[in-house]
Amino acid sequence: MRKSTLYMALCLFLGGAFLCSLVDANIREKTMIERLTSSILLTQELGLTDLALFTEARYTRHPSQADLHSAFQDHPMSFEHFPTGSFVQPPAHLVP
Amino acid sequence: MKQFWRTQRYLVDFTISSLQRRKGKNLSLLLVYTLIVFLLASVMLFCQSLKREAAVILANAPEIVVQRQVAGRHALIPGEYLQKVGRLRGVSQKRGRLWGYYYDPGVKANYTLMVPAEDVPNPGEVVIGAAFSRVRGVGVGYYFNLYSSANKLFSFKVAGILDTESELVSGDLMLMAESDFREFFTIPEGMYTDLVFNVTNPREVQNVAGKINERLPDTRPILREEILRTYDAIFNWRQGIVFVLLSGAILAFVLFAWDKASGLSGEEKREIGILKAVGWETGDILRMKFWEGILLSLTAFLFGYLFAYIHVFYSSAVLFSPVLKGWAILYPDFSPIPAVDGLQLATLFFFTVFPYTVATIIPIWQAAVTDPDTVIR
Amino acid sequence: MIELNGVTKIFNQGAANEFCALKDISLCIETGMVNCLQGPSGSGKTTLLSLIACLSRPTLGRILLDKRPVSGLPERFMAEIRRNTFGFVFQRFNLISGLSVAGNVMIPAYPAGPVYKALVEKTAGLLTRFGLESKAETPVEHLSGGEAQRVAICRALINDPDIIIADEPTANLDSRLSLEFMDILGRLHDLGKSIILSSHDPQVYNSAVVQRKISMHDGQIVSAE
Repeated sequence: MRKSTLYMALCLFLGGAFLCSLVDANIREKTMIERLTSSILLTQELGLTDLALFTEARYTRHPSQADLHSAFQDHPMSFEHFPTGSFVQPPAHLVP
Repeated sequence: MKQFWRTQRYLVDFTISSLQRRKGKNLSLLLVYTLIVFLLASVMLFCQSLKREAAVILANAPEIVVQRQVAGRHALIPGEYLQKVGRLRGVSQKRGRLWGYYYDPGVKANYTLMVPAEDVPNPGEVVIGAAFSRVRGVGVGYYFNLYSSANKLFSFKVAGILDTESELVSGDLMLMAESDFREFFTIPEGMYTDLVFNVTNPREVQNVAGKINERLPDTRPILREEILRTYDAIFNWRQGIVFVLLSGAILAFVLFAWDKASGLSGEEKREIGILKAVGWETGDILRMKFWEGILLSLTAFLFGYLFAYIHVFYSSAVLFSPVLKGWAILYPDFSPIPAVDGLQLATLFFFTVFPYTVATIIPIWQAAVTDPDTVIR
Repeated sequence: MIELNGVTKIFNQGAANEFCALKDISLCIETGMVNCLQGPSGSGKTTLLSLIACLSRPTLGRILLDKRPVSGLPERFMAEIRRNTFGFVFQRFNLISGLSVAGNVMIPAYPAGPVYKALVEKTAGLLTRFGLESKAETPVEHLSGGEAQRVAICRALINDPDIIIADEPTANLDSRLSLEFMDILGRLHDLGKSIILSSHDPQVYNSAVVQRKISMHDGQIVSAE
């Protein structure tokens, strides 16, 4: 079998899988959006303001509610205690 | 036209044979390349998904949260402020909220304690989040103990567990009665953690916030759009771990390209000379190299992306959980919802396929345009 | 017919190691004959062959193929002529190692994009004619000297060129294989091909197959009989 034939077959397969993934993303998105309903209801009822993703510290648990100083409360130059801080920054509206 | 495509197929045949001659090197190149795409695509898909979920869920957050600040720090706010602020046009509802944090040294986890506005649990009973119940190992009907700051023991019975589907927002929550909350944290009657205002008309929000600022000068309002902006900036590529990852990937690519572009070995030059000597044009040589670049980078991109897709959406980004968990003991169990941003995908494709392909062609330019005469010398 | 008018080739012109390989060569080579360039090494035989086969351009002078000038053509046209008119057998064969025998033979045909089936059949035919059919998938590094040369010849013939050019073809062969090679050349000549060789081996230039001897020395033609 020609090598180019083999490669084209591989590309076709991968391309097909890629398209499948796009379709799958579309389908799953629609079905899973319903799963957010309970989160949405709870947010409305309790008036929640943040995701419970990073529970290490106040300013990572509620980044939108954190004041400018909470991250630096121990020392102005102490950059970061937690690994999370490297991807949760002070709220945008507080930082110029 | 048909002849052109037949020629390209022959070039691809030749290129594959050519790559097979240095199997080990090229296979490891493909592997590393795929890994890089996998990492970048995983991060991209995961972040997009999370950002979207945050945007959808938090679109239901209260329009304005009013926080009191004393000496630059978040302090308790008197309930009288609700009257002090007076009548505000556009505000449909306003109330005080009670919530706070508790560190449980037994399991080294932080909980968020809260008093709900409706369906308030009976005194002595609590409704907890699913992650909480897992970490503490308590189910419905169980009792567990917490120590207040006055070192007083409080015993609570689990009356219910919040839906596991809402773990992303509720995983660490403990909903309790107001009397219990005030007693546990020693917060006097009439004081609240913050105030929330619901404004029906989005265009009124700025006005309302402005008036609150005037009438309650020791407070700051936090608007819903600011909350949403905070979460939009999460995992921003410009900072932190994501930036390190990106830099690492870019560096790896630069290394690849440099390796390719740092010139051909004598053997490669000779080969191009032979091809020209038997009648290949410069254009054929360049096209052949182009196919070599595309072959490798396209394969790496497709494999990398597909593995990333499966990793993020079918195994809940299992490789990232240690990073995301950080030092937190309590971590919500959630499956990211697929969200594919075409623009970011196209960017990823462009930045992975294009540089490598170019890096493959550029160094052979010189050799490809030289007279084949050098071959016989 | 190949005509060379006042052809001069200077390497590294302007640099310290400037070297004049050919000085003012004027020559006519008839089609359908077996020509042999004879002379010691350094006389310019290889340079002349590469100029004729459009592998390089002369510094001065012109080369015409059937009255059409070829030396001044753009690269694309020269490549086409290289491909279709000439079949070059190099002194060191210049096969691409790592590829199979069949793979090597087919390479010159790729740019023209022929139909695959036809190309495979043609290749098989050539290999059979030269006794290499059993080695079609063997990597060329595993061949003996004689086999490698036959592969080089097959490769030179894949596009049915009119003119075969062989540079020092017997330099890496023993006398038995050298005779065999001259025999092959004779057969190719019988099929109507023009042949231009270069050699300093008497077994080649004194062979009965050679019809015309062109002696060279120091980049100039001494005699052309």
